[in-house]
Amino acid sequence: MRTSGVDEMTAPLLQLDAVDSGYGEAQILFGVSISVDPGELVCLIGPNGAGKSTVLKTVFGLLDPWAGTITYDDVSIGGADPAVVVRTGIGYVPQRRNVFGSLTIEENLQMGAVARDDAGTGVIEQLYEQFPILADKRAARASTLSGGQRQILAFARALVPEPRLLLIDEPSAGLAPNTAAAVFDHVAAVNDMGTAVLMVEQNAKRGLAISDRGVVLDQGAVEFTAPADAVLEDERIAELYLGG
Amino acid sequence: MPEPLLRVTDLQKSFGGLTATDHASFSIEAGTITGLIGPNGAGKSTLFNLISGFLAPDAGTVQIAGRDLTGAAPAAVAAAGCIRTFQTPRPLPGMTVREALLIGPQQQVGEAPLALFRTPAAVTATERENLDAVETIAAEFAIDHLLDAPATDLSGGQLKLVELARAMLARPDLLLLDEPVAGVNPTLRNTLASHIERLHAEGVTCCIIEHDMEFIMHLADPIIVLDRGRVLMEGTPAAVRSDPRVIDAYLGGG
Repeated sequence: MRTSGVDEMTAPLLQLDAVDSGYGEAQILFGVSISVDPGELVCLIGPNGAGKSTVLKTVFGLLDPWAGTITYDDVSIGGADPAVVVRTGIGYVPQRRNVFGSLTIEENLQMGAVARDDAGTGVIEQLYEQFPILADKRAARASTLSGGQRQILAFARALVPEPRLLLIDEPSAGLAPNTAAAVFDHVAAVNDMGTAVLMVEQNAKRGLAISDRGVVLDQGAVEFTAPADAVLEDERIAELYLGG
Repeated sequence: MPEPLLRVTDLQKSFGGLTATDHASFSIEAGTITGLIGPNGAGKSTLFNLISGFLAPDAGTVQIAGRDLTGAAPAAVAAAGCIRTFQTPRPLPGMTVREALLIGPQQQVGEAPLALFRTPAAVTATERENLDAVETIAAEFAIDHLLDAPATDLSGGQLKLVELARAMLARPDLLLLDEPVAGVNPTLRNTLASHIERLHAEGVTCCIIEHDMEFIMHLADPIIVLDRGRVLMEGTPAAVRSDPRVIDAYLGGG
């Protein structure tokens, strides 16, 4: 576990309180309460179908909460459109189909600036320095990138509006172990510079290794939350993943 | 020892640089319900695709009831008595539910057109039998009110039922079920479990991929655990649950 140096008195940056959500008639989340402090990296883990991605989609406005409240920076954002949510300072990196394949790397990053009042040219140049692989290929179509490079592009694009909170859905999905490790390093580096992160990750060990805190979700409800290095020591974990 | 119904030996399959099946070997004994579990990306569905002929392995062999069916076409594997279902069944556009179910029965007389002329009465009788079988199973699965509805009108859970019913109508010796209860509500889940148990009692050997641990641990024995394309272990549900390697694999391995 790394220490975030967060002042304990600070109000949470993001607060979900008793949130219900789902798709169509299928309820997926049942009274979910989760908080993320400024600068904190929180990893959301749990077995398949626990509702992890649904939490991110509901925060980002892709799904409307059925009940409960979502507050970001003291403003209620529950039910707001993604276009509004992104302007409040929240970035989202979806798990799949997260880049525009027919656009160049440069154009993909410029798309991120839609949520800015300027063209974001300075930020994009900084991101090129941070992610040299993107600078090398700035004129290439995103469809020519490898899976790991696409993940980095999606991640960089979410950073263009300079969010204070990033929602990241399974950054390691479908990536070879070394590539996944590089992506996790980028997540940790961005968090070190002060951006709070709420990350869903199937690979609990790797996700928790860069996190401050873990939240364990099961069947649409928070089972428990603990410091990242203590989560996997909990005896409930084996039962949650393998039944009991 | 009798010959296992399914024997997979040293099976290998890669997609580009990704090794999906890595020297996997295991057997399924006739009369069992075998569970196939493992974390996301462990290669479970790939294994089903290799066994059922939807993918050809790079190396290794697949034997069903002692016959080598390595790389055989899906129809040949089905004819050998091995029927599989899909995790996300596709609706069949332009068909009613009844027609979608009628695909199930194997060796239909219509596949041998000469019989229509030679033994028309037998053809009529077989078709009647198949229709009756469809109606019986639809009633058992409580989807009989949907028989004349377009198959594209079904919900995800109903499609799962149709998929299982169609597989059952094929009267397989070996049934491969890919996540039969994913996205299915709890009531329907219990219904599916009881249908699988009944099939098993009737002598059908089942192999089930499932992420719902309560479901699979209750239904299956033995359980084979896959991780990164390899067989990590095989054992009773209790042995699987208490093996530290298994939970380690689910949490992301070493």
